[in-house]
Amino acid sequence: MTTLQIPAETVTPPQIPLRRRIGAGQALAHSLTLAWRNVTQLKHSPEKLLDVILMPIVFLVLFLFVFGGAVAGSTHAYLELLLPGLVAQMAVFATMGLGTALCEDIHKGVFDRFRSLPIARSSPLVGAVLGDTARFGVVMVVLTGFGSLLGFRFHTGVLAVLAAFALAYVFYLAVCWISVLIGLVAPSPETVQGIAFIFIMPLVFGSSILLPSTQTMPGWLQAWVKVNPVTSLADAVRGLTVGGPVATHAMYALAWAAGIVLVAFPLAMRMYRRRV
Amino acid sequence: MTNTIEAGGLTKRFGRTDALRGVDLAAGPGTVLALLGPNGAGKTTAVRVLATLLKADAGQARICGYDVVTDAVQVRQLIALTGQFASVDDELTGTENLIMIGRLLGFGRATARSRAAELLERFDLTGAAGRAAKTYSGGMRRRLDLAASLVGEPQVLFLDEPTTGLDPRARSQVWETIRGVVAGGATVLLTTQYLEEADELADRIAVMDRGLVVADGTPAELKSRTGGQTLVVRASDRSETGQVAAIVADVTGTVPEVTEETGLVTAPASNPALLPAVVRRMDEAGLMAAELAFRLPSLDEVFLTLTGHHAENGPGESLIDDEGRAA
Repeated sequence: MTTLQIPAETVTPPQIPLRRRIGAGQALAHSLTLAWRNVTQLKHSPEKLLDVILMPIVFLVLFLFVFGGAVAGSTHAYLELLLPGLVAQMAVFATMGLGTALCEDIHKGVFDRFRSLPIARSSPLVGAVLGDTARFGVVMVVLTGFGSLLGFRFHTGVLAVLAAFALAYVFYLAVCWISVLIGLVAPSPETVQGIAFIFIMPLVFGSSILLPSTQTMPGWLQAWVKVNPVTSLADAVRGLTVGGPVATHAMYALAWAAGIVLVAFPLAMRMYRRRV
Repeated sequence: MTNTIEAGGLTKRFGRTDALRGVDLAAGPGTVLALLGPNGAGKTTAVRVLATLLKADAGQARICGYDVVTDAVQVRQLIALTGQFASVDDELTGTENLIMIGRLLGFGRATARSRAAELLERFDLTGAAGRAAKTYSGGMRRRLDLAASLVGEPQVLFLDEPTTGLDPRARSQVWETIRGVVAGGATVLLTTQYLEEADELADRIAVMDRGLVVADGTPAELKSRTGGQTLVVRASDRSETGQVAAIVADVTGTVPEVTEETGLVTAPASNPALLPAVVRRMDEAGLMAAELAFRLPSLDEVFLTLTGHHAENGPGESLIDDEGRAA
């Protein structure tokens, strides 16, 4: 079979018992180790959190004072509508750094090492998504902290508020897989944001996050706002934080989250196998 | 089954480029196999196939008897890879990089930490252990990358151009490390563009050109095929280059290469006694030498002898690596 002839060797490699497959428990452990890697990176370079620290502040101030008086009569009344809407918006926006970071990792060759290690195939991607949770945490803390400085108050109980953030988190995790997918198909890290914006802008702004009422919109836009899961997420978060209907909106948002994962996760895994 | 690396008939095509055109390789435990060749020869592609990162279009490869495609999970427990672009995590410290690998290999927290400390010590990185890898020099990064590959004590270690871009001191440190790994019984497959490196380290050298192994053997065998050494002569007066070339041709019995711009005359020569002969002839002719030496042939000269053409980068591959990614 070979043309290279090796001098006779008597040494045989030591017989180590080798695992034939990676179990689910191990896969989770690998993912958590890689999530730890991402969180540690943030610890060393906190400036990477600058976008998620500034984004909620800038959006809150801008929207509140630009639209507040016109939409709700006063900035205070608008804040009650806006802040839950921004929870939904930030849950989507905060995923954008992930794709860029992933694309950078792939270009640097770190993933080559991961792929030559006996770890679950999905671990580098799952780990990246789980590690990105830190950014979600920061964005939500800054948003609610700064919002309450401006006068926002929760009108519901602690459990309802926690449920609102849990719902936003689940949706965020789902959208993360879209970001991962873009990170895997983008030709370079610089292009990731541009591609992501094309998908994210209509999703975020063609929704009820800024205006709960769609009456002044043209019919086609009303239809889009209605089916847009970000609308359902924003409405469910409103219900859970300042009062209003929750169940239908929440179920709809969760169904969309599940749908996104079911489509984006296998696609991302396929791209990952092909790309890296 | 004594070979730890065995590959037969590997082919791989990227678009219109044939990266591998039927490559056979073999290496036994405790030995170093060097893949020598220019950019685009297919070295990196071969390594990526053997390290389970890339599926070959045809052919078979086994690591310690395990097929790299069907038994990839087992193969990954036996190998380690240090890529051409050092694949440590820039943002993490040296310690964190090694702990991460240890944890991924299933070590407990304490074991991963002590293994990391032990390797940092061995690679003379203890002082930089707490600093982010992005602050490291090129040589330190490469050492950290090697350390990361050794966390799991692999049976087979793949090193893709481990010393490219390193200064001579850092290079010899890497060489020392590789010798240590091999002494421990592991197999090392390294790719290199330097004959000197292959000569220093390898038990066997496979010379690759455009996706094929065009020659293989021990360093001594290859060197004897290429005339062993190269005779280099340069006349102090550029106008005498022609006369010098005639003398070299006469003494070595070959047609020497003449580089017009520099006036350098080179010819393969196996017998060191040729050197005084050249000196004598030049003396008789009243010619002065600005440069007169025996040295190991360069990769280009090896190529010229083995393939009849100069070592050159493969079509369109100088800026794009084997995977079609920008290098």
